[in-house]
Amino acid sequence: MSNQIIQGILLGGYYALIACGLSFMFSVMRIINLAHGSLAVFAAFALWWLAARFHISPFVGLLIVLPLMAAIGWVLQRFLLERSARGGALLPILTTFGLAIVIDNLLFEQFGADTRSLAPYIGSLSYDSWEWPGSIYVGKLAVIMFASAVILLGGLQLFLTHTRLGRSIRATSEDPDTAGLVGVDARRANAIAASIAMVTVGLAGAFLGMRSTFDPYAGAPQLLFAFEAAVIGGAGSLWGTLIGGIVLALAQTLGAQVHPQGFLIGGHVAFLIVLFIRLSTSGLGLRGLQRLPTRKPT
Amino acid sequence: MSLLSVENLVVRHGLLQAVRGVSFTIERGETLALVGANGAGKTTLLRAIAGAHHPAAGRVLLSGADLSNVPSHRRVGMGIALVPEGRKLFVQMTVEENLLLGKTAGRPGDWSVDKVLEMFPNLKPRRHAKTGHLSGGEQQATAIGRALMSNPDVLLLDEVSLGLSPLIVDRVYAALQGLIASGTTIILVEQDLNRALAVSDRVICMLEGRVALEGPSKAVSREDVTKAYFGLHRKSPGSVPA
Repeated sequence: MSNQIIQGILLGGYYALIACGLSFMFSVMRIINLAHGSLAVFAAFALWWLAARFHISPFVGLLIVLPLMAAIGWVLQRFLLERSARGGALLPILTTFGLAIVIDNLLFEQFGADTRSLAPYIGSLSYDSWEWPGSIYVGKLAVIMFASAVILLGGLQLFLTHTRLGRSIRATSEDPDTAGLVGVDARRANAIAASIAMVTVGLAGAFLGMRSTFDPYAGAPQLLFAFEAAVIGGAGSLWGTLIGGIVLALAQTLGAQVHPQGFLIGGHVAFLIVLFIRLSTSGLGLRGLQRLPTRKPT
Repeated sequence: MSLLSVENLVVRHGLLQAVRGVSFTIERGETLALVGANGAGKTTLLRAIAGAHHPAAGRVLLSGADLSNVPSHRRVGMGIALVPEGRKLFVQMTVEENLLLGKTAGRPGDWSVDKVLEMFPNLKPRRHAKTGHLSGGEQQATAIGRALMSNPDVLLLDEVSLGLSPLIVDRVYAALQGLIASGTTIILVEQDLNRALAVSDRVICMLEGRVALEGPSKAVSREDVTKAYFGLHRKSPGSVPA
């Protein structure tokens, strides 16, 4: 049993990694990015292309892909999300939904339907393991992913609370109009936040490619896991995202214990239970969902 | 040259014309009081000077430089700071974080968190408290401090006494007196006429988006301002309200 729990916690690190960008973007920019999974798959394809074509190790490839993702984030925010956000709260969701379809199909057109993986390019790391006391074997990659998640989420938390730029980003998310009046360039703060979110998406894509396989349409399941982890952890809370990822992964692992096909069901059940508890304790109830306050477009 | 001049400023909220051709200038070190009934356009005027509203016509000049295409965050860097009506603090953030945000524009000057806390000693024990949990007076002090942190040349104060107990208002104004004495240029909106006349060098009374009265605070009488406030100086027949 302790083996399952440890494996579940480590898998939770991966879910936290893919949920990190989604949660960050929601908390800071109030945008639910439905293209999140597709962008992660795009980053995985970019790393795969660098590895297959130029024999660049995915870890080195990150030095190219992460700045590229940051640039994509900036451009997305300035030319797409910022404009669509002026049209109300719903429009950015539709925009990112459309963006996901565009990315998926461009990837399909470019790379075909073949299933790829970054595992062949990272040597023995993809299957190596360490033996922990109690003859528990943990995958090296899983441990690296968990550590990355903790470092990334902790680093973002420190950045938001202790740097001038972090404070500017938080102020902008709270009240962009007043942020401008105290000297914060709200557009710039949002564009930087989008860049940061996309860097985390790039990292998530790298680990997605290393730990499993992906194809051009692999984005949607990733989005689902990211979404579940973010909601379980409380959307917008960075440490909550880590907890959410771990809860989701533990539920899946336990589900798989109960029944061979219980892996996904276990996760979904945990997600739904948390969702119902949240709705009833927040005094909203299911009907309240329809009366949720919508933010005024700015 | 005047530090700040407003020329024929017109600001609209959709179809509503809130400010209708207002012009005035303010010299360095001067304190100008804006009075007028609710809806007279005072807040809109201040927000337009700070860059939060785009004027439909007219312009705002700072030391002769046209600010028409300068967004609000850059105006802070040029020396205009607004203490908005209703304080508009970032309630999820602490007093210290709110104050530090005021420094974002990076204007050189001698305001620091410690100096603001010295000016408003009531904030000292609340330094690391979220501003959403503060009392009204503490919030107002934080809002003024946040504006001061940008080391402004012109400080715009929008109804700083609104919703505060008289005792706290006295304390806020005592702090403002220190600022006025140090030569800070101030435009303040104040509902309490006696207080407005007492602290200011000059007073402008607005009525329905226009300047109804302008004069030195020492020279204008309460009656003059009251008449302008209610529009009683307009003697045109037929304009008597029902």
